Amino acid sequence: MMQVPLKLRVGKQPERESSPEKAPGGQPVRKLAIVSRSLTGRREGRAGDTTFRLLVVACAVSLLVIVGLICFELVKQSSLATHKFGLKFLTTTMWNPVSGEFGSLPFIYGTIVSSLLGLLIAVPLSMGTALFLTEICPAFLRRILGTIVELLAAIPSVIFGLWGIFVLAPFLRIYVEPWLQQHFGWSGLFSGPPYGIGMLAAGIILAIMVLPIVASVTREVIMAVPRQQREAVLALGATKWEVLRMGVLRNARVGIVGAVILGLGRAIGETMAVTMVIGNRPEISKSLLAPGYTLASVIANEFSEATDDLYLSALIEAALVLFVITLIVNALARLLVWSVTRGSTSRSLA
Amino acid sequence: MPKSAKLQVSTRRRVMNWLGLGAITLATLVVTVPLFLILGTVIYHGIGGLNWAFFTQMPKPPGEVGGGMANALVGSGIILMVASAIGIPFGIGTGIFLAEYGRNVYGDVVRFTADVLNGVPSIVIGITAYALVVITQRHFSALSGGVALGIMMVPTVGRTTEAVLLMVPQSVREAALGLGIPQWRTTLSVVVRTAMSGIVTGIMLAFARIAGETAPLMFTAFGNQFWNTNLNEPTAALPLQIYVYALGPFDEWHRLAWTGAFVLIALIAITMILFRFATSRGVMRETT
Amino acid sequence: MGVGIHVSHLNAWFGSKQALYDINMEVPANQATAVIGPSGCGKSTFVRCVNRMHETVPEARVEGKIQIGETEVYGRGVSPVSIRRRIGMVFQKPNPFPTMSIYDNVAAGLKLNGFHKRRELDEIVERSLQHAALWDEVKDDLKKKSGISLSGGQQQRLCIARALAVQPEIMLMDEPASALDPISTSKIEDLIFQLKEEFTIVIVTHNMQQAARVADFTGFFLMGKLIEFDKTEKMFTNPADKRTEDYITGRFG
Repeated sequence: MMQVPLKLRVGKQPERESSPEKAPGGQPVRKLAIVSRSLTGRREGRAGDTTFRLLVVACAVSLLVIVGLICFELVKQSSLATHKFGLKFLTTTMWNPVSGEFGSLPFIYGTIVSSLLGLLIAVPLSMGTALFLTEICPAFLRRILGTIVELLAAIPSVIFGLWGIFVLAPFLRIYVEPWLQQHFGWSGLFSGPPYGIGMLAAGIILAIMVLPIVASVTREVIMAVPRQQREAVLALGATKWEVLRMGVLRNARVGIVGAVILGLGRAIGETMAVTMVIGNRPEISKSLLAPGYTLASVIANEFSEATDDLYLSALIEAALVLFVITLIVNALARLLVWSVTRGSTSRSLA
Repeated sequence: MPKSAKLQVSTRRRVMNWLGLGAITLATLVVTVPLFLILGTVIYHGIGGLNWAFFTQMPKPPGEVGGGMANALVGSGIILMVASAIGIPFGIGTGIFLAEYGRNVYGDVVRFTADVLNGVPSIVIGITAYALVVITQRHFSALSGGVALGIMMVPTVGRTTEAVLLMVPQSVREAALGLGIPQWRTTLSVVVRTAMSGIVTGIMLAFARIAGETAPLMFTAFGNQFWNTNLNEPTAALPLQIYVYALGPFDEWHRLAWTGAFVLIALIAITMILFRFATSRGVMRETT
Repeated sequence: MGVGIHVSHLNAWFGSKQALYDINMEVPANQATAVIGPSGCGKSTFVRCVNRMHETVPEARVEGKIQIGETEVYGRGVSPVSIRRRIGMVFQKPNPFPTMSIYDNVAAGLKLNGFHKRRELDEIVERSLQHAALWDEVKDDLKKKSGISLSGGQQQRLCIARALAVQPEIMLMDEPASALDPISTSKIEDLIFQLKEEFTIVIVTHNMQQAARVADFTGFFLMGKLIEFDKTEKMFTNPADKRTEDYITGRFG
């Protein structure tokens, strides 16, 4: 074997003659109890691992148990009513606790109409806000404006209701509703005495309440649109607005629909604010000025007064209907949003 | 580019551009209004009633002037403590499961369930707590209210815990394992500890959310006109009291409702600020 | 004092991909042994098999026998935790615990294993930091500064101190200086000289000059196999295998 030239310095002398003081007094290394214990190679730690894992899995399983219990209790407690009314519960309009007739159609109607009205108002505003914040807002403003929108979500529902009763409703009654009746009364949507409270008030409050979530999810969906899409449209000589319309919105369509449905889910389940401003009358009316009733509201209002078992059972069946509707709507929403953003959104969609 | 080029943007398109951009700017402006409107009215109507009596006195008989919401404040405190005692451990445990043991189909099932629970209307959760606790105990109680709110905390705390735990780099885990620290101790004392400020933020967010909840308490804690600190009896709660007073016929009650609303918002805001302050500063505290 | 490592017919896999093929090696006690080879040759994997870190990767598998002193690392009923307590590991990129102070970092291995006696902890922390040649630089800020506020070289010495604090018998170092500047590298190499009097050191390095400088013995890995293992001096001046010679003279890798 050929001798390899010694280009590499083999071995190196430490710079100092003596090593720096290693230990106080230069004592030999003292073995600690834990070190000598480990020499036996016992299964320590393994029992800890198993216990810990069990605890943590138990927490996760408890989540499943809770949801299971929700379903179970709703079905069980409503069985009296379900057996008595069957599907007619969903289609009859008569809600009469005294005579024992319970039909939830007015509530289903009220829930859907108030939520849709809220979305009608909120969606254009949210989309506009989301577009503004992601595409044309100057950087220094973005955080502030974004926080303002999100802070709206931190306001408790009952305070929205309080504001609705004492500020919004009188405003609607005195200024807005008469004006609407005067100019748009021909549509039949604004007939009846202007109470202030009613479907319109509920719709407006719901709009304000779902603004934050629709806006923030739409923002994330828009940000997920790859830059190349915008650039492709821009390169064709489009104006900024056209880039937004064709390069961004068109691509984010699916996700935006998801955001909207997420907002719908939130609006459907909203209880306190709606209860306080919707008027609580179990009637179906074409007019937006008329009082209405939602599934959540009837439960909130009448649960504590439900004297007999059938009444209680009917209310719980209403809760079951509400639960199922929310489940379907939310699942649909998450599917759509997930398919666009590919994975969990960073903040909790509370 | 020459002005006469046929590639010039038509007037119509330019007008559309300004209209479109103007519309979304207007939308943003409109959206920022409600926050100030609502906060403004709460402050305006509520701050006047802010006095010592509000915090120390009980509600007076209907129609009488004066009185306070001391029982509701204390009641809320008790219920929220029960809720935290349930929501925080189960939430963090679920988060640890999802991050460390749940990168598989079981984890996906739990994740999905957490999202489902998150979307359940709060009144439905209240009814479940009613069915599980109130019916069993045969009376309303602060305990059942705490259970309802605690359940609501779990998905939020769990998902944020999962997210921050996943952000702890693998090198930290390896360093701990290399030292001969058992897996469970690594997760608990090293990984969780590293992610602690994020976990606390998640807890604070969940707490702020349930602090304002009314619906789940309506048939669990039920409310109470009188003083009560017993977990097993109906208890007043601030949001619930606001609701009852807002719908009541007396002006005095309305006044109290506004002040209550002001206090509720102030407490939520203070909680959020306190937490932010505490976690951003005290990262370096030596612990045992 | 350190113990020797006896490796016999070691094979390791990542899932179905085999990373180590029939490794046989005797690492002598109280010496510094370098493990060299081109990227991907299995040197890190080898070292991580010794302290059973390899199995923390999902779907990782080990077969064969490793003995440290009298203990069989992969023996029946032997817990990985007990093995890892006897072996200290320093990683390529310094990884002090981010939310802990310097003191807590060094004491972590002890505290988290249930050792809480305050005065002795103080002593051990000081001694470990001195061993790691970091004491003078940090002694005033032990509990005030966090582990990650130090410079790269200091962080790595902190990690060494942390590993030393549990008083291992063997120190495994996986390219400990590759992320550091030359001055820090030199300090760490000095450290290795001193440490080998008390511990057995195995250092993975892709820097041959470093191996030549600090190691008494060297093992050359190529594509998962141990090609040659000998005294450093002999390997670098008169390698037995042509592949070793090619690597050392820079013909590849």
